Amino acid sequence: MSASTASSHSKVGPDRPQVHAGSARKAADWARRAPLLPALIFTIVVTQLPFVATIVISFMNWNSYYPQDRGFGGVSNYVSVFTNAQLRSAVVNTVILTVTVVLVSLVLGMLIALLLDRKFAGRGAVRTMMIAPFLVVPIAAALLWKHALFNPNYGLLNGTLNAIWKLFGSDSAPQVDWLSTAPKIAIEVSLVWQWTPFMMLILLAGLQSKPADAEEAARMDGATSFQIFRYLTFPHLRQYLELGGLLGAIYIVQNFDAVFTITAGGLGTANLPYTIYQTVFSAHDYGLASAMGVVVVIATIVVATFALRVVSSMFKQEAGR
Amino acid sequence: MSTLTATIPGTNVSTSRRDQKARSMNRSKPLWSVLAWIVGVLFVLPVLWMVLTSLHSEPDAATNPPSIAAALTLDGYRSFFSAQPAAPLINSAMASIVSTLLVLCLAIPAAFALSIRPVQKWTDVMFFFLSTKFMPLVAGLLPLYLFATKTGTLDNIWLLIVLYTSMNLPIAVWMMQSFLAEVPGEMLEAASIDGAGLIRMLWSIVRPVAMPGVAATALICFIFSWNELLLARTLTNTVASTAPVFLTGFVTSQGLFLAQLCAAATVISLPVLVAGFAAQDKLVQGLSMGAVK
Repeated sequence: MSASTASSHSKVGPDRPQVHAGSARKAADWARRAPLLPALIFTIVVTQLPFVATIVISFMNWNSYYPQDRGFGGVSNYVSVFTNAQLRSAVVNTVILTVTVVLVSLVLGMLIALLLDRKFAGRGAVRTMMIAPFLVVPIAAALLWKHALFNPNYGLLNGTLNAIWKLFGSDSAPQVDWLSTAPKIAIEVSLVWQWTPFMMLILLAGLQSKPADAEEAARMDGATSFQIFRYLTFPHLRQYLELGGLLGAIYIVQNFDAVFTITAGGLGTANLPYTIYQTVFSAHDYGLASAMGVVVVIATIVVATFALRVVSSMFKQEAGR
Repeated sequence: MSTLTATIPGTNVSTSRRDQKARSMNRSKPLWSVLAWIVGVLFVLPVLWMVLTSLHSEPDAATNPPSIAAALTLDGYRSFFSAQPAAPLINSAMASIVSTLLVLCLAIPAAFALSIRPVQKWTDVMFFFLSTKFMPLVAGLLPLYLFATKTGTLDNIWLLIVLYTSMNLPIAVWMMQSFLAEVPGEMLEAASIDGAGLIRMLWSIVRPVAMPGVAATALICFIFSWNELLLARTLTNTVASTAPVFLTGFVTSQGLFLAQLCAAATVISLPVLVAGFAAQDKLVQGLSMGAVK
């Protein structure tokens, strides 16, 4: 997409190759490529080959329980992905989970980044506290939410309700079974808790790279805080928001830990990664699992292409430096 | 900060008024500061609760309303360490550290070829690397599992190391590229005119600029490898199992002991928490990938 600008740019360098054609030029080109090749070859072999195999298997009837039935199955696995209600709901859940968590944590992360961008006593301490959720191992975080916070009998949430009610002399605090009442929201809350700090960090970096003088000038000219946010801060933050959204989406689409731990895919919360895991390791339906894998990849590419178009615009700016 | 701007010549137009205004703005909104503190405490609260619960006895850990002032004990940690977590912790350390080193060995030369002496169509190569991240791990899981069973590398820590390397390499190439792009081209040109060789240029010009980027990249790769569960769970069993897998087994095999579970979760999160807190600024730099300025 930006290849033409890129290749003209790429000749800028300390030892720009002279235009005498022939083998010397070729050798120089290869000398440039050489450092790139190990990483490129490694990536292609380890990430692309398995996926090619996944595509092949997705067109096969292959259940390891019935090895004699192995063979070409056409698109039947794909038909199942879209007609089987359970699988369709896994697709829907994946979309809902990703969109909700990315959007909510982006908005929260932005508000908190704005709060932390101003100077106040203990700003460093607050930032340190904010980062903690991102640094807790995801599976530990999922277990923590499930057992120590959401648990209806001794979890912190119900415990706090109870304590507050007791303060006012009542014994009848509402005791909610969070996981069965709102399983999807429970998963989303735990993920938003983990991802808001991530978004906040990216956006805070964005805010701190913002030239201060424009804002000061605007303030001198009598602009309100909201106007400054709307016309100066937000446009500046846009590319950071997009970067956060892209990275968040890539990782949350793949989320396995939270779904696996908090509900074990029950109560209508199974997403695609969890369902694929189940299909491979419980149902042993390799063909179907592979078809689902291909669908996830296509969906991710569609989402990411939209996001990337924007990231690539910011990338062009850099390339054109 | 405000005194700093005042000393820069040419910017001192009505500096004192701006100064006053800026100061009064910061002072007049204690409400926002209080709100920031509340939000910070709310976010850290579950982590603190995990640590506090890990220090309670099992009966005190599971009470409603919560027993905040209950006596502290190390029993949770004792029972965690008696479950022999050494092997999984060592496996995790090995998988994370070795794969991070491998990532750096592969990503730094690649980033060099994409920024300092860029190959043609280097942006296309960059997008290829990023696009490999669009493939969720789970989409390659079955072939990897079949490969591992066929080759006998199931439950082998080296398989995880290779896979973690491939998992983090694309992001590392992106990060390192943007950090190396910070090296001023004029300096390289000047150095090469002065007759400095490639090695010398790398050492004295590129290295100082790139070091914070290397640290940030390493930190993020370490965190992602240490945290990984799906591959570790499906491709390891008893020998090569990692700390996150160990943590999941901890709940199911022994029923639920909350204090013990919280102790385990705390210990396993500790390396990342310590590294992340210590290198906060690096983490910010790394996450924003230096790409957006």
